[in-house]
Amino acid sequence: MRVPLSWLREYVDLPADVTARDLASRLTLAGLEVETVETLGSDLTGPIVYGRVLEIEELTDFKKPIRYCRVDVGSANGTGEPQRIICGARNFSAGDLVVVSLPGAELPGGFTIGSRKTYGRMSEGMICSATELGLWEDHTGIVILPEGFGEVGEDAIGPLGLREDVLDIAVTPDRGYALSIRGVARDTAALYGVAFHDPAGVAVAAPAGEGHPAAIADASLCDRLVLRGVTGFDPDAAGPLWMKRRLHQSGVRPVSLAVDVTNYVMLELGQPLHAWDRDHLTGTVTVRAAEAGEKLETLDHVQRSLDTDDIVIADGSGAQAIAGVMGGVDTEIGLTSSEVLIEAAHFDAMRIARASRRHQLSSEASRRFERGVDADLQLAAATRAVELLAELGGATVEGAYTHLDRVAPRAPITVKAAHAAAVSGVDYPAGTSERWLETVGCEVVVDGDDLKVTPPSWRPDLTDPNDLAEEVIRFEGYENIPSIRPRGSGRGLTSGQRLRRAVGRALADAGYNEVLSYPFTGERDLDGLQLSDDDARRGALRLANPLNDEEPLLRTTLLPGLFKALTRNVGRGFTDVALFETGLVYRPRPGAGRAPLPPVDRVPSAEELALIDAALPEQPRRVGVVITGDAERAGWWGGGRAATWADAIRAAREVARVAGVDLEVEADAHAPWHPGRCAALYVRVAGERLLVGHAGELHPRTVKAFGMPERTVAMELDLDRIERARTPVVAPEVSTYPVATQDVALVVDETVPVGAIRDALVEGAGDLVESVRLFDVYTGEQVGEGRRSVAFTLRFRAGDRTLTAEEASAARDAAVAVAAERTGAALRA
Amino acid sequence: MSAPNNSFDPVEVTPLHPDEVARMREEALAAIAAATDLAELKEVRLAHASDRSPLALANREIGALPPAAKAEAGKRVGGARRDVGQALKERQAVLEAERDERVLVEERVDVTLPWDRAPRGARHPLTTVAERMADVFVGMGFEIAEGPEVEAEWFNFDALNFQPDHPARTMQDTFFVEGPDGGASGLVMRTHTSPVQVRALLSRELPVYVVAPGKTFRTDELDATHSPVFHQLEGLVVDEGITLAHLRGAIDAFVESMFGAGLRTRFRASYFPFTEPSAEVDMECFVCRGASVGDPDAPCRTCSSEGWIEIGGCGVVNPRVLVAAGVDPEVYSGWAFGLGIERTLMFAHGVRDMHDMVEGDIRFTSAFGSEN
Repeated sequence: MRVPLSWLREYVDLPADVTARDLASRLTLAGLEVETVETLGSDLTGPIVYGRVLEIEELTDFKKPIRYCRVDVGSANGTGEPQRIICGARNFSAGDLVVVSLPGAELPGGFTIGSRKTYGRMSEGMICSATELGLWEDHTGIVILPEGFGEVGEDAIGPLGLREDVLDIAVTPDRGYALSIRGVARDTAALYGVAFHDPAGVAVAAPAGEGHPAAIADASLCDRLVLRGVTGFDPDAAGPLWMKRRLHQSGVRPVSLAVDVTNYVMLELGQPLHAWDRDHLTGTVTVRAAEAGEKLETLDHVQRSLDTDDIVIADGSGAQAIAGVMGGVDTEIGLTSSEVLIEAAHFDAMRIARASRRHQLSSEASRRFERGVDADLQLAAATRAVELLAELGGATVEGAYTHLDRVAPRAPITVKAAHAAAVSGVDYPAGTSERWLETVGCEVVVDGDDLKVTPPSWRPDLTDPNDLAEEVIRFEGYENIPSIRPRGSGRGLTSGQRLRRAVGRALADAGYNEVLSYPFTGERDLDGLQLSDDDARRGALRLANPLNDEEPLLRTTLLPGLFKALTRNVGRGFTDVALFETGLVYRPRPGAGRAPLPPVDRVPSAEELALIDAALPEQPRRVGVVITGDAERAGWWGGGRAATWADAIRAAREVARVAGVDLEVEADAHAPWHPGRCAALYVRVAGERLLVGHAGELHPRTVKAFGMPERTVAMELDLDRIERARTPVVAPEVSTYPVATQDVALVVDETVPVGAIRDALVEGAGDLVESVRLFDVYTGEQVGEGRRSVAFTLRFRAGDRTLTAEEASAARDAAVAVAAERTGAALRA
Repeated sequence: MSAPNNSFDPVEVTPLHPDEVARMREEALAAIAAATDLAELKEVRLAHASDRSPLALANREIGALPPAAKAEAGKRVGGARRDVGQALKERQAVLEAERDERVLVEERVDVTLPWDRAPRGARHPLTTVAERMADVFVGMGFEIAEGPEVEAEWFNFDALNFQPDHPARTMQDTFFVEGPDGGASGLVMRTHTSPVQVRALLSRELPVYVVAPGKTFRTDELDATHSPVFHQLEGLVVDEGITLAHLRGAIDAFVESMFGAGLRTRFRASYFPFTEPSAEVDMECFVCRGASVGDPDAPCRTCSSEGWIEIGGCGVVNPRVLVAAGVDPEVYSGWAFGLGIERTLMFAHGVRDMHDMVEGDIRFTSAFGSEN
């Protein structure tokens, strides 16, 4: 809502020294957020004066006709002699009163006026158009002022209103009343404690008879309708300068007097009006719901199919307007309309909001109706409009008019007098609430400790006690609210929350940089991952309105986002890149239904909540890493070490280690990993083995699809499952007896996984074993084709004695025996 | 090895003669003093203090002396040997100190050599800033609540008093999730962290003091100041006797903790369907503290010379939300806020462009380390 300050001042006795900036600041704190304060004409300097065209010499030697004028500017030019001015416009005659910029003047946009030779003549200034003065957009010629507007030679800047402060207010959805000068003026008056003069306070005589026939089909669509007509309107009458200027300053383009008047009254009072060409209306004007299949061509020349939820204004020949949104072309006020019927109505806000959205038509009218228009304003607004048409367009106001009033009276809201204080924490003096509520227009009846408050017709937003409290608090001022530190009784972070932080720190310490990728993905990514057609990760949720049509899906894995971030870094010149991400993925539940919308006037039942939750996808928290280049760099200490599949598994182990969970590693062939270099990772939850993710080197085709460097490795883990596998740590008993160390080298078939051998050794070694660690893997002639030697260090220790060599050897032999039995391992000779 | 010499007078036994003992002592002391390094001293020790040294050999002769002579000879030889031992010890210490000094100098390295063999990574500053923000409130006894990112419309809108056709519902540019049949699913990408309010109230015992940091989604194209994915920290208190004063106290604690002490805050009346009254929260610019307002000679880039920085929205929990969440608004009241995590990071660390937070460039992240 753009508010020219001079317009506002017509209705508020605002002290003259109040600046636009001060007003903007106060309004903003009180809930009318002033986004900008424009100072129109601030770059404008005189002399800009009234002039009278004395004589016009037509110059015809040029491509277009040019006029050389003698213009009386009084003594404004210092000489009293007529000013000689070249002018290209042709819409004026000798004797016209015009606006002249004299040499030295500067017009909006830094346009400086001087004396200069042009078209072979000396031109000493400019006869101005509305556009050049910044008044409004008009390219039909110069401004011709009505006789008596001003005296020749006098300054025109002030009277023309070339300088104006305009506040641009971002009106919140609850404050529909502020989409009018009237509403802003009322709040301004309250904020400054000065008088407010209601522009809607126009005297309205009782109807002198029946107006245009009209009907409301359903009061729930429209509860007030006023039709007031004028006759003998001069369709050629020009709108007055002040009206066009204000419309322009308010961001509305001046069109024609009839249209300008409806817009002007709407801006001033907040009531959208429709001007009908009565000659084109047939029969009774009816407000009703659109009929199925009904069509209407709206003013923007779009043929629209109406919905039965739309409210229409219809006449005998059918729908003529989508009520509150846009009129139809058939009854548009044309250049010849002399019989004008002004319609002012109060429509159901929700219906207008839906219609506006359905037809993707947001108009000045719909913006107001959907935020709530004063339900008692229509007669005043229509009367104000017809009176302006009469005054400015030579029309005669008809004494007879139509007024259908189906408005239900508002019930009072009962609220504790101390409620505002209880909300704000400020102990307001007695009577404070009553005072402010009455200031904004409420009727207040004190009833013991309670107030019975009937909000005014222009405040449909005031429905609850807290709405009333807000009115009191915002005028008393939020700055008065004290600051008291709240004190909860929380128990700190959950173990899961601590784990997530610890995992992030551990991965950062291990060399990984965290990224936060967008969750949007597409078929191309899923194809790049080499997923089979029936892979569960292809069953992604789809957005109805994606930003990018190539990425309409929600991620089912973190990997594509990591891959893209990796590629971006490589593209920016980094060869060694290690990234991690922690975040949710979205896995729709098979057969999930539509999430219901239970009513909100009560708490939903357990069944309703269960239905909502069943409709939601599973959203497990994942952690993923991707690495390319060297895991350890080359340098003065020696060579580097390229990241391999083992680093990916190590990252997974690092996460599990932070959680205190054992990770079981097993070979797997799972997209998007290299089928020979892919590990499936498991945890134990209450004895059950649970898959938590995969790690290893990526499939070469995936590497290529995402443009990553060869041999890039990655892992992805389900952090929620890791968390579920956590068990309380039981402290070990730390033995102070000496350790007995035994090394064994076992020869096995090279297909036997080391993990299996180690597990067998641990199991066979019994209670005395402290650790089993692989320290060497050897393949070569000495162990034979297809076999390898794996060497482990076994450390034994007892809690109550020093182990003898025999005991340690026996334990070792037992370990080897189990390994031999399980894996065919033989002690290396 | 000499045989016991019983046939000679002790004084007549040459090695025990006082002059001889003195000579051996002097010789040993001279050799010790002459040793220039530990190796030489070792030789000297062998020559003058070992079992085969002259003084040791002389000592053996004492046993053969008549008892009357033993004491004197023993004293003489023992004294000499002690002196030699002491001299050796002292010389040893001196030479070791000299050697240490030399060796430690020789072993000097260039400590400016870089060691970036296994470079450290970093957490994303949005993660760490979100943790810092949450911890301000955890310190005041709040817990951290969570909720899903793909959320039911009921939680994201209806329960928060966004009526089906209220313009507020379209104020936020929502990503809608398609149903399996291409129709409506009743699901959206949550447009704010506020649905966690309702989830917290439904699942927790009263009173509730929670914050909920998390991802939120709106259909804004990525540019310098917008991102379709961004982060908020939701705060919610529902208890008996809760007022806006406690809200201001919580906001003040946040501002002080993140931006420093003594910064004023202000509330501007605003509108959110789920709070009534509602306000936008500004804090005084921590750079210029308002000094740049109206001073074109000293503009402030941080607050655009406004003097205030908007940090979020807040308000009193709309009793209608309490009703939908099963809380009796006659007994309980509360407030909620939503703070922008990106905004906080931008201001706290001078991040200028949203792209930096989104693209995952390791240069950006590395600057912040694991904590910031």
